[in-house]
Amino acid sequence: MTKTANIEELQEIARQLRVDCLKMLHKAKSGHTGGPLGIMDIITVLYFSAMNHDPKNPRWEDRDRFILANGHCCPAIYVALSKAGYFPKEELDHLRQIGSPLQGHPKLKVEWGIEMSTGSLGQGMSIGNGISFAARLDKRDFWMYSMHSDGEAQEGMLWEAALTAGHHKLEKRICFMDFNGIQIDGFNKDIKDVSPLEDKFLAFRWAVKTIDGHNIAEILDSIDWAKKTPGKPKMIIAKTILGKGVSIFENLPKYHGVAPSDEELKIALKELGEA
Amino acid sequence: MGQATTTSSDKVATRDAYGKALVEVGQKNPKVVVLDADLSGSTKTIGFSKAFPERFFNMGVSEQDMMGTAAGLALAGKIPFASSFAMFATGRAFEIVRNSIVYPHLPVKICASHAGLTVGEDGASHQTVADIAIMRVLPGMTVIVPADAIETKQVIHAVADFPGPVYVRLSRAAFPVFLGEDYKFQIGKAVEIHEGNDIAIVACGLMVYQALKAAEILEKQGVKASVVNMATVKPLDGEMLAKLAKRTGCILTVEEHSVMGGLGSAVAEYLAEEGDVVVHRHGIMDEFGQSGPADALLKLYKLMPEDIADQALATLKKKSNRKPA
Repeated sequence: MTKTANIEELQEIARQLRVDCLKMLHKAKSGHTGGPLGIMDIITVLYFSAMNHDPKNPRWEDRDRFILANGHCCPAIYVALSKAGYFPKEELDHLRQIGSPLQGHPKLKVEWGIEMSTGSLGQGMSIGNGISFAARLDKRDFWMYSMHSDGEAQEGMLWEAALTAGHHKLEKRICFMDFNGIQIDGFNKDIKDVSPLEDKFLAFRWAVKTIDGHNIAEILDSIDWAKKTPGKPKMIIAKTILGKGVSIFENLPKYHGVAPSDEELKIALKELGEA
Repeated sequence: MGQATTTSSDKVATRDAYGKALVEVGQKNPKVVVLDADLSGSTKTIGFSKAFPERFFNMGVSEQDMMGTAAGLALAGKIPFASSFAMFATGRAFEIVRNSIVYPHLPVKICASHAGLTVGEDGASHQTVADIAIMRVLPGMTVIVPADAIETKQVIHAVADFPGPVYVRLSRAAFPVFLGEDYKFQIGKAVEIHEGNDIAIVACGLMVYQALKAAEILEKQGVKASVVNMATVKPLDGEMLAKLAKRTGCILTVEEHSVMGGLGSAVAEYLAEEGDVVVHRHGIMDEFGQSGPADALLKLYKLMPEDIADQALATLKKKSNRKPA
């Protein structure tokens, strides 16, 4: 696997991953479409630029780790992990099928780069903290990344974990908040407004930065900022668009949890330059 | 036998034995880490916190976060012991235990104290009688309820070396230390601590001592009761149960837990598929506990040796009323 800091190359990888993701979901006829497309630019930067990891040695103890706390967005990491070389691309054809390691929500399989079982919201931040505590004890220097979501921020446990990371100054923790404003039943400003998230995490003793979650340069810069900001866990609030990259999915709550139809896939692939 | 006695006057709570054993396993294995949720003085993890402060994590009053953090520590190669009151460790944090510890089969040891009614004065909000039930139904979970301080020490050493998730149920109340020094605990193996062929009393936790005392009462009435310590409620020692069923044809389970879902249920489930035997589950009926001294609560909820002996006689009557096949 080659890593790059070239913005155009990363944009192209993100485009390919969106294509892979939609084809996979379409074939499975089941799965979440909107969220994975929304986080694909960040996932691309993590696996193909920022993170220190080795698909040939998935259990390497000093690897950077990534936990997808909003596990329903796993199609994004499945296509990224496959492209990175953790498992053959053909396995994507078995998403959500009996016996496939590519479960509807992530199931721990370190050999395939899936660092933890997630899916029930609110638990991933604590898990990442635990890994960082272990790293601190063992004097290992890796970065512990995790992805969270605005809907997930309605879970109380996330705030318990935020308090823990702030209190213990877990400076190797870098968290992204996928802030697309949308949850299953609608817009979170209508259901239960989680904003302002910046102020909340600052109050919990985190360093906070807000970025455009689709701007590769901003994503790269934010990770650079996070690594250079000592003494605190880092929360990068990424303003994202649910369904990003395909106009017919963008910002529509109904595409949270459904796979693309034949017609939708055709339109999507065309928009992504694949037709 | 020679594995148990009712003559010792030594009383120790299993939580205290846990606290001591934890320091021992901490000395033996540097991978052992301990988490608590602001109850270290009560769960007795405080000893470990003083011996190994860098390996102790006080998570504050956040049981869910504690379980998630323990999962992360396990993912990174540690052997986490996570402690709180049984009510909160299994109740408040249930879904985190289920999804982040047991589903990925991580070697987190949930050692929860203050289980059952013997919490005492704190009352029903803190007295869980459902923890065995809800831990037992998790696929791949091991559930252990040590009977006294001697067994607790062995249990803690055993689970530290065990590769999967474990729930260990501990008690607040000081209770007799009655298992002999030659007693040997093994995960998944029940131990017959008193022999008898008329009826088998299968118990776990503090009720093992009560059952042993009950067997003495029964003996005076000419009834020979076997007493079996089923410390591992899951996986259940079916071999032992089959043997007891064949030998006595009559089994009474006793637990400081609801009769629904606990040891009694596990035994009844097994024996329902294993042949002709009278089974009665003795424990807490479908009700909550309440405030009061531990011993008064055991009396009120009929968990004293006399109550168990009475129940054994009633169960024996059921057996004799059965027509031979």
